[in-house]
Amino acid sequence: MAQATLPPEVLDDAKARRYSADAAGLGRLRAGAFVAPALALISLFLVFPALWVLYLGLSNYRLTGAAAAAPQLVGFDNFVKALTDPEFWNSTWLTFEFVLGSAVIGQVVLGFLLAWIMRDRTGPLKRIVEGLVILAWILPSAVVSFLWVALLDRDDGTLNTLLHSQDFAPLLDHPMLSIIIFNIWRGAAFSMMLYGAALGNVPPSHLESARLAGASGWQQLRDVVFPHIRGHVLTNLLLISLWTFNDFTPFLLTAGGPDGKTEVLAVHVYQVALQGGELGYGAAVSTVILLINLVVAVFYLRLLRSKK
Amino acid sequence: MSAIELRGLTKVYPGGVKALDSLDLAIPDGEFFALLGPSGCGKTTLLRTIAGLETATGGAVVIGDRDVTGLQPGARDIAMVFQDYALFPHMNVTDNIAYPLRIKKVGRAARQQKAAEVGARLGLEQLMDRRPGQLSGGQQQRVALARVMATQAQAFLFDEPLSNLDARLRLEARTFLKKLQHELGVTTVFVTHDQAEALAMADRMAVMESGHIRQIGTPAEVFQRPANTFVAGFIGSTPMNLLDGVVRADTLEVTGCKLAVPQSAEGLLHDGEKIVYGVRPEYNVYSAEPVDGSLGGNVSIVENLGASYLVTLDVNGVLVQAVVPEGHEPAIGDEGYALPRRDRALIYRDGELVSA
Repeated sequence: MAQATLPPEVLDDAKARRYSADAAGLGRLRAGAFVAPALALISLFLVFPALWVLYLGLSNYRLTGAAAAAPQLVGFDNFVKALTDPEFWNSTWLTFEFVLGSAVIGQVVLGFLLAWIMRDRTGPLKRIVEGLVILAWILPSAVVSFLWVALLDRDDGTLNTLLHSQDFAPLLDHPMLSIIIFNIWRGAAFSMMLYGAALGNVPPSHLESARLAGASGWQQLRDVVFPHIRGHVLTNLLLISLWTFNDFTPFLLTAGGPDGKTEVLAVHVYQVALQGGELGYGAAVSTVILLINLVVAVFYLRLLRSKK
Repeated sequence: MSAIELRGLTKVYPGGVKALDSLDLAIPDGEFFALLGPSGCGKTTLLRTIAGLETATGGAVVIGDRDVTGLQPGARDIAMVFQDYALFPHMNVTDNIAYPLRIKKVGRAARQQKAAEVGARLGLEQLMDRRPGQLSGGQQQRVALARVMATQAQAFLFDEPLSNLDARLRLEARTFLKKLQHELGVTTVFVTHDQAEALAMADRMAVMESGHIRQIGTPAEVFQRPANTFVAGFIGSTPMNLLDGVVRADTLEVTGCKLAVPQSAEGLLHDGEKIVYGVRPEYNVYSAEPVDGSLGGNVSIVENLGASYLVTLDVNGVLVQAVVPEGHEPAIGDEGYALPRRDRALIYRDGELVSA
């Protein structure tokens, strides 16, 4: 009963402090022991490689030769080289084309359309469409890349057989368009599922209210649906922009070619670091990619926060 | 402003559930009409079918002199207040009220003026720049009403308009809605599951059960002369006493007591037939002394209703309720007698009211 005489706010305060310090009552040492394995793994596989890349970017480390045995620190030479290299800027531009075409426009629009068309449907048609779209998303990259090469191949490709045409070689004639369409196909499932869930949150009465006012399908989308799912759209854009930005799968279709026309940044890093052997330079380009990622993320998060 | 007429309206959901079974209903111009029933009875489906949000499987909906059965909701010239008010959270009050006008391509200045006008009428002047999230439930409801009024539609539909308000506000809103409807004179259909709300607000009402209308009438008719035992049991804040009995020549034998034949059934009963005797607790006159033609037993429960008490008597094993004014309530275990008013008691044969 002694506790009952304490003023309640004092009690709550003391309680809160105790909970925030040690909620499980394990003590600092034992609690530390529980998180140590996870921290060790994260340090080993995430923190250390990230720091290592930062270090490599400042060195002239190479895959082979004298610099492989005894790398030297060269300061910001690699960064200067990257930022003055037309190939780097070409890759950056291609990456933006790829992200804009396949993610920001392609996957978002296709994913939303699929979700919107399927929103009120039930039964086998919906399950089949969803199943096919999701299948494209969950199959391993190596498998789908092979399927698409088989589809688009100049000599005996499925597309040529279907069209009764010969020598139509999309991967050579329209390489960027090919990987954009490929990536839309591959990634639309995520947007579709995210928008499907978001549309489920739009109150039916709001749509019905607009319908009673006589709003057309487009007006319903503009006045009811988009304001409700704005946050979902931005989250979706953030995720798929970054995923697409760092996507390496185009390499499996075109290997960056022909003539560097699909050498997006992720492929470019691979080419300079592992094919060209310039590990230091590759690390510097990776660091620049990381910075671009951060800028994109901050941009979206700001938009998201200005929601209210 | 228009009358609403339903002809043989049927709605069958995929899977074979018959939500509306060939309903006929005529609501004259300017009437405040309630659709009342337990959940699942089809009252909301009926309202939504009038609105066009559900397509009728058969029959016709006529608003004014237009058959609107095949028309889109937006082409029916009606407006609806939803249970959750359906205000758009990203628009302020003015834009919400003016939204239907915007869809109808009314100019910006004209629709803002209309919104201000209607808003002022409902006491929303100070709130016109706020978002719905910054309004109380009662204010949100008034915005929803203002949006409906601004449309100047032929008819209004309210889906459970009071159920999202707290109990105290609900009474205020009830009075307010009724007054507003009478001032506007627009044909209005509203759905409710609360019989007190329907009785209080409606000019006329329909009581529904599993896709059928069981009774149509004014609140007084429905309360005093329920057409069947379903309505009798559903209407009234204290349910009607429905007691099995047998006709014995000129009297009735009900749970071992001898009762007089109610006025409404005089000359319509046959000796020996089984009937159900119905009397509302409010129409049972309670007495502590034995009275001829009353239901006598022991008091088993006494419930406080505020200005009166609901007394439950155990009459030979059957519970009979009577309303007793305050200050006269008996103690549990007392002997008590409930004398049904002959002008208010009713007789049901096979569930239907016996009357001339």
